[in-house]
Order: sequence, then C-alpha cells, then structure tokens
Amino acid sequence: MAQQDTVEPTRRDFLYIATGAVGAVGAGALAWPFIDQMNPDASALALASIEVDVSAVEEGQSITVKWRGKPVFIRHRTAEEIEKAKSVSLDDLPDQFARNSNLPADATATDEHRAAPEKEPWLIMVGICTHLGCVPLGDAGDFGGWFCPCHGSHYDTAGRIRKGPAPENLMVPPFEFVADQTIKIG
Amino acid sequence: MKRMVGTVRTLAAVAGLVLAGPALAAEGEAPHIEKQQWSFAGPFGTYDPAQLQRGFKIYREVCSGCHSMRLVAFRNLAQPGGPGFTEDEAKAIAAEYTVVDGPNDDGEMYERPGILADHFPSPFPNEQAARAANGGAYPPDFSLLAKARAAHRGFPNFVIDAFTQYQEQGPDYIYSLLTGYEEEAPEGVEVPPGQYYNHSFLAGKTLAMAPPLFEELVEYTDGTPMTVDQYARDVAAFMMWAAEPHLEERKKIGFRVMAFLIIFGSLLYFTKQKIWRKVDH
Amino acid sequence: MAGHSNYVPQSAAAKWLEARLPVISLMRGSFVDFPTPKNLNYWWTFGGILFFVLVAQILTGVVLAMHYTASTAAGFDSVEHIMRNVNFGWLLRYLHANGASMFFIAVYIHMFRGMYYGSYKAPREISWILGVIIFLIMMATAFMGYVLPWGQMSFWGATVITNLFSAIPLVGEEIRTFLWGGFSVDNPTLKRFFSLHYLLPFMIFGVALLHVWAFHTTGNNNPTGVQPKSKQDTVPFHPYYTVKDLFAIIVFMILFAWFAFYVPNYMGHPDNYIEANPLVTPAHIVPEWYFLPFYAILRAIPDKLGGVVAMFGSIAVLFVLPWLDTSKVRSGTFRPLFKQFFWIFGAVCVGLGYLGAQPAEGIYVILARILTAYYFAHFLIILPLLGFLEKPKPLPASISEAVLAKSGGGQPAGAVAAPDTK
Repeated sequence: MAQQDTVEPTRRDFLYIATGAVGAVGAGALAWPFIDQMNPDASALALASIEVDVSAVEEGQSITVKWRGKPVFIRHRTAEEIEKAKSVSLDDLPDQFARNSNLPADATATDEHRAAPEKEPWLIMVGICTHLGCVPLGDAGDFGGWFCPCHGSHYDTAGRIRKGPAPENLMVPPFEFVADQTIKIG
Repeated sequence: MKRMVGTVRTLAAVAGLVLAGPALAAEGEAPHIEKQQWSFAGPFGTYDPAQLQRGFKIYREVCSGCHSMRLVAFRNLAQPGGPGFTEDEAKAIAAEYTVVDGPNDDGEMYERPGILADHFPSPFPNEQAARAANGGAYPPDFSLLAKARAAHRGFPNFVIDAFTQYQEQGPDYIYSLLTGYEEEAPEGVEVPPGQYYNHSFLAGKTLAMAPPLFEELVEYTDGTPMTVDQYARDVAAFMMWAAEPHLEERKKIGFRVMAFLIIFGSLLYFTKQKIWRKVDH
Repeated sequence: MAGHSNYVPQSAAAKWLEARLPVISLMRGSFVDFPTPKNLNYWWTFGGILFFVLVAQILTGVVLAMHYTASTAAGFDSVEHIMRNVNFGWLLRYLHANGASMFFIAVYIHMFRGMYYGSYKAPREISWILGVIIFLIMMATAFMGYVLPWGQMSFWGATVITNLFSAIPLVGEEIRTFLWGGFSVDNPTLKRFFSLHYLLPFMIFGVALLHVWAFHTTGNNNPTGVQPKSKQDTVPFHPYYTVKDLFAIIVFMILFAWFAFYVPNYMGHPDNYIEANPLVTPAHIVPEWYFLPFYAILRAIPDKLGGVVAMFGSIAVLFVLPWLDTSKVRSGTFRPLFKQFFWIFGAVCVGLGYLGAQPAEGIYVILARILTAYYFAHFLIILPLLGFLEKPKPLPASISEAVLAKSGGGQPAGAVAAPDTK
C-alpha cells in the first residue's frame, strides 16, 4: 500500500472511487424523502393563513384565534391602555426590539411598532410566552397587560416584557387588514 | 445455470398453455373494455392541462350534481402536475362554491365562500340523502374512482400489463361506460324502470345512472369538439388526475431513479468483476 | 458467529472496547472475514436482497406510521392524506406497498433455492426451520398490513382470514371473537392489527439474525452441496460477497422501482381504493398474489375445517422437510430425478397461485384439488421415495474441483491460488 501512494491512481482505484461516489450520491438522494416527509405537509401549508372578522370585538375586549396551531391574541385596546403603552420610555424595556414580523428586525419596541399600522387600538400577537411557550393570561400582571402564570413573566399593554424571566416581547405575527374589520394572519 | 433457465422457460411455456385454456373459456361474459390513448400513459406520460381543465368543467357542470369529490381540495387545482390553474384562478373557483363552516361563537354552523384549503363540498350531506335523491343508488365519490374500477384482465394480459406499464384500466373503463349506453337493450336483457342499459357496465347489465353526457352539453371555448366521445375522454382524464395527483412527479422521479440504478449497477458490476478476477469460481 | 474474525484491535480504545464488548470482532467475523464458499451463484444473493427489503420495509413503515391513523373512521382518509399531502408520501407508501410484494418475490426465490440445493438438509435443519418461522411471521405481517388502508379488500380479507379460525372445533367461535375484539372486524381489530404490524417486522429481524447465526455455525451451503474442505474453497465475505450482493440488490431495486414508480397499483386490487363497507362484499374476494397458492389449497377442500387444516398443513409440512428428504446427496445438481420433480413442483405452485385467483367453481376446483394433492404428494411421497430410487451423479471431491471442472479444467492446478500478477 505504501508504494502505491507515489504512483498514479490506477484504473482500478478510479473504478472503486467512482462506484463509491455514485453510491454515496444515491444514498443521499434516497435519504431526502425520509427526511422531507417530516416537514409540514401540503394541507398544513394551505392553512398557514387565516382571515378573522373582528367587527364584533368591542373596545377593551380581546379574542383568541388559532393560527398554525398556536393562539393569536387580537386585542381592541382602550385609549387608556394605548396611553399607558406610549408613556413607557424605551430605556425601561428589557427587550428593545419590536419583534414584529411585519417590520425590519431592528425596529425598536415603541408602541407604534407593536400595534397595527394606522389602527392603533388593534394589537395582534402570538399568545406564546417567549420564555418556555406557555399561554399568558390577559388583563393580568403588574403592567395591566398579560401575565404568564408558569414562571411569572409580566407583559404590558403593548405585549412587551417588563418583568420576569421571558427574554423577548410577545411576537407579532405577519398580518394585514384586508378590509376595515378583517385581519388576515399569516 | 443456462440449463436451469432453459428448463424454467419450457415450464413457463407449458404452464401458460395449460392455464390459458380455462381462462379463455371463462371470459365470454364480462364486457370487453377497449384500451384508449391517454397522454398520461407510459413511462413519460404527463397530464394534458387543457384536457384536465375541460374535464373539470364537465365535472363541475354535470357530474358534481350527484357525485362528490371529497378528497380533492381547491388548492390541488393549482398544484404542479395538475390542471394548471393559477393560484388566483383556483381561488376564484373556490370562492364560487359555498362551504359550511363553524360552529361560530353562537354555536351555529354557517356558510361562507370556499377558500383554497377547502375540499370540494359534497352534493349530499350523507349517503342516505344521496340514495334518497337517486332512487336508492349511491353515486360514488369521484376522488379515487379512476383507481377503484378495473375490468378483469385475465391471462396472459395481466402478465403483459406489467411490462407495458398498463395502469389506465380505470380511465378506460370510465370512458367505455360513459360512451356505452344503448337505447335498445339486446334481446334477453330486462331493463327495470329507472335503470339504463350499458354494454360496458361491469357490475351488471343495467345501472341507475341515466346517460349523463349529450352533444354540446358543456361549452368548450378552445375549439375541442363538443361530442360525447370527447367529453368522456376529458372527464376520465380529469378523474385519473383526481385519483393520482402526483403521477407526473412519480414518473419523473422514476426515470431518474432508473437511470441512477442502471449507472450504479453497471459500475458495481465492473467493480465486482475486478474484485473476483483473481478467484476462479 | 465470532469465531472467524481475524480482527486484532490496534488502538487503545479498540482494545478497551474489545475486552468489554467484542462487537467489532463479532461483526467482522460474521460479515467481513467470514469464510464463504467461493462458488455461490446469484441465487444465493437473495439472502442479502431479503435483508435489504426488510430494512427498506421497516424504514418506510416507520415514517408512514408517523402519518397514518389507525381507526375505522380515519384510516382510509389518512392513507389518502399520505398519498396527496405528505411530502413524498405517495413515494413512501408505494414503496411500502410494493415492497411487500418484493419481499415475497425474494423469499419465494430464496426458499426454492434452498429446496433445489438441499440447503435444509443436515446440518442446516435449524436454519431452514427458522426460515419457515420467518416466512410465517412475514405472512402474518403482510396480512395485517393489508388491512390498514381500510379499503374493501382490507376489510373483507380480514373478515375471511379471521373466520378461518372459527373452523377450529369447540373453541373456534370464541377464538374469532377474541381476535376481533368484538363481533365483527371493527375498530379494535384495526388497532391491534396496526400494533402487531409494527411489532412483527422487528421479530422477523430477530429471527433472521438467528437464521444467519445458524448457517454461519454450519457454514453456508453451496451449489455443489459439498462442504468446503480447505481454505481454497472459500473466500472472505468482504469484499467478495458484499460487492456481489450489493450488485444483486441494485438489480433487484430496478425491478422494485419498475413497480413502485411505473405500475404501483399492479400488485394491488382496485377494490381497495373503495373505503371499507361492512354491508357490501366485493364480487371477487382475492387475497394478495403471494397468498394465492395457499388460498387455492384452502378452497380445494370442500370442508371448512379440512380446508383450514390443509392450508396450514401446506406450510407445516415445510418444517419437517429436512426429514422427509431421504437422499444422501444434498444438491439437486447431482440428482437427475429430483431435478425433474423440483420443476414440476415449482409449476404446481404457480398453478395453485393461478387457481387461487379464479372463482371457486367448475374446472378450477377440480384442478385445484389435483394440484393440492400433488403439492402434498411431493413432500410426503415423492421426496421420501426418491432418496431410495434415485441414482445420483458422482459428487466432486471439493468445491475447487467442481469449479475447475466447470471452467473446462484447462487451467493449471495452481491457478486458483496464483497471486495477482499485477
């Protein structure tokens, strides 16, 4: 074997290498369907966006809808709540970013960046605590927003983390108002 | 080895002769289903999107009055290897259907226009309602019908089919059935009221479905002849797609797999020859 | 199994492991260094092919189970969900469904190879019996797997086969009810079939390892039936048989791909694309093709218990085959009379398969009875007598001699061991 290292690769070596390489390519291609079958299937992808009619949601009320198997909070905020959210200085926020899927990742966590554009009373957020995935309770906590009972995270009236172990503000999903009172999420 | 192969061949031939006798004798009764030409037949077959769109039109305007198609979703109309509708067209088609959803916050079911994720709504709420409306007969669901019907092939056809890749028994039968109605039943065939004679029907001589297609029943805008024959072909092709929506992908991947196996197999053969070269065996 | 390893651990870690769990030398002794007769022909590759198919069935089955729902309400639709929505679901399901047929094609060839070359004879009886056990578990697995799509053939196949057990005297009805978990094939039946269908392949895997262990203890049979006498009669399993088996597996995969990609429903039955309906039986109940010979035997006997006994007897007789064959000579190659009867027997099995698919009436029943009688006569009369009546051809002294004789004997005696001149 040691002498062979110095000579040109023989035809036999080439054959072995070619066979092995083709076999490896085949094994890789064969593995893909077995992996890809775990990804979301066509019927799950088709339900990736939902439309919600919010005309019945009065000021001060919220509804929870299911989107991709997760709860989405849609809150019709009162003027008082908006005022409270706006009055908070950015420096007081543990998480400085808006966490809004509709905005660039570096958008700051101001109330304008959290609420629906031009429809300030509407707050749409994925109702999953950013700590370990529990669903926070509404109208609760030290800041009048949401409170996660699992490990004690407090969110304010713009869904921003204020106190507790959660690292980030509640995530705002991709959404748009397709009509005056209809929100398309996803 | 050679002798073994020779013996197998002789035996196979003898067995064939022995078995063909009774098989031929037994096949006088069953209707003969002619093979048709289909764009999706064979190893490189693909659906003709225009034909599927025409077939869909027939389903929508004629068949869907009685036949459900519950496993097919509106989104399927826009998926690759299908009728080739754009997503917007499929959305528009879906919106023309009324879908029952719910319950809403008041606990009531409500109706809304269909969306892509919805499946085709069924014309009857349940089998009993369908039977009641159709004189006791149950119009079968269309989703899998093209794979759920086949005429008995018999020996030696069923052997040949494996080599010719004949998998179109379903559409052949659907075409034959739709074009197989006859006004006058042959002598000796009793046609009960509410039944119709069809020389291609597999499960009897008469069936409860009235001839569904007539000339110029459905408006074709692309110049395709508006005949019963053409309608039958188009709707049969559409039903094949509904039953086997991944056929094109399957055949395309199949070709690549075959090509790979032949190349890899050849390389392995030479590798094996090299390795065994020094061993007399 | 481990006795043939030339493995000497080199690194410290390998030595450490070898002293505690000699798994490397076990694997090497069984599948790398194992001395294998050098004259095995391609009929011997079906063992490797079967191993490949078993692994393929387990892999596709495990991923299909991630999407399948075992319930009478959702089973049929969940299979269609796999076919329509799951990424590559159609591929995985067609591979799995056709893989069952491929499994049986390979196992039947493997079994007939064993019968032709006398691989069941001493000292390999245990290997053969373990093989018959694998065959039985395979049939149970395939049968229960066919029920899972919950189509018309699934339901009625399950009904007919479970009703076989009601033929047992006295307790038959109770056994049938027990198997069903109710008063007909229903949700409890489907769920237990799914559970067992998932379990049994792993049992096949376990018994297959015992099967290999057994013939690795006795050494492989070979086309001459003569035991290897010297090192010149054998080659190490790797690379000689690894590459040969792999080549054969790829060729087999071409056949597999032909069915899975181009005629995926050829082996199936159209009625199984109709959801199970306990109120309507399809016009022709036909089992999957691999059960047809046994189905023909079942129907050939005009008595419920008799038919069931005959059907199970046709498999049970395989267990005692090693003792029914009285010939001193192992390989059919040197048994001129046996060879003729072997091929007749093969044709009879194919004939029974054909008759199993035909309606049970008229000429078909008569033919099925004749062939059934012949099937049993082959094992119970012909094989025991042949050993006494037949005059076998002279056996070669060794494998090497047989190989030389085949290649014309023109090479010098030392050619076998001659070093590679390159």
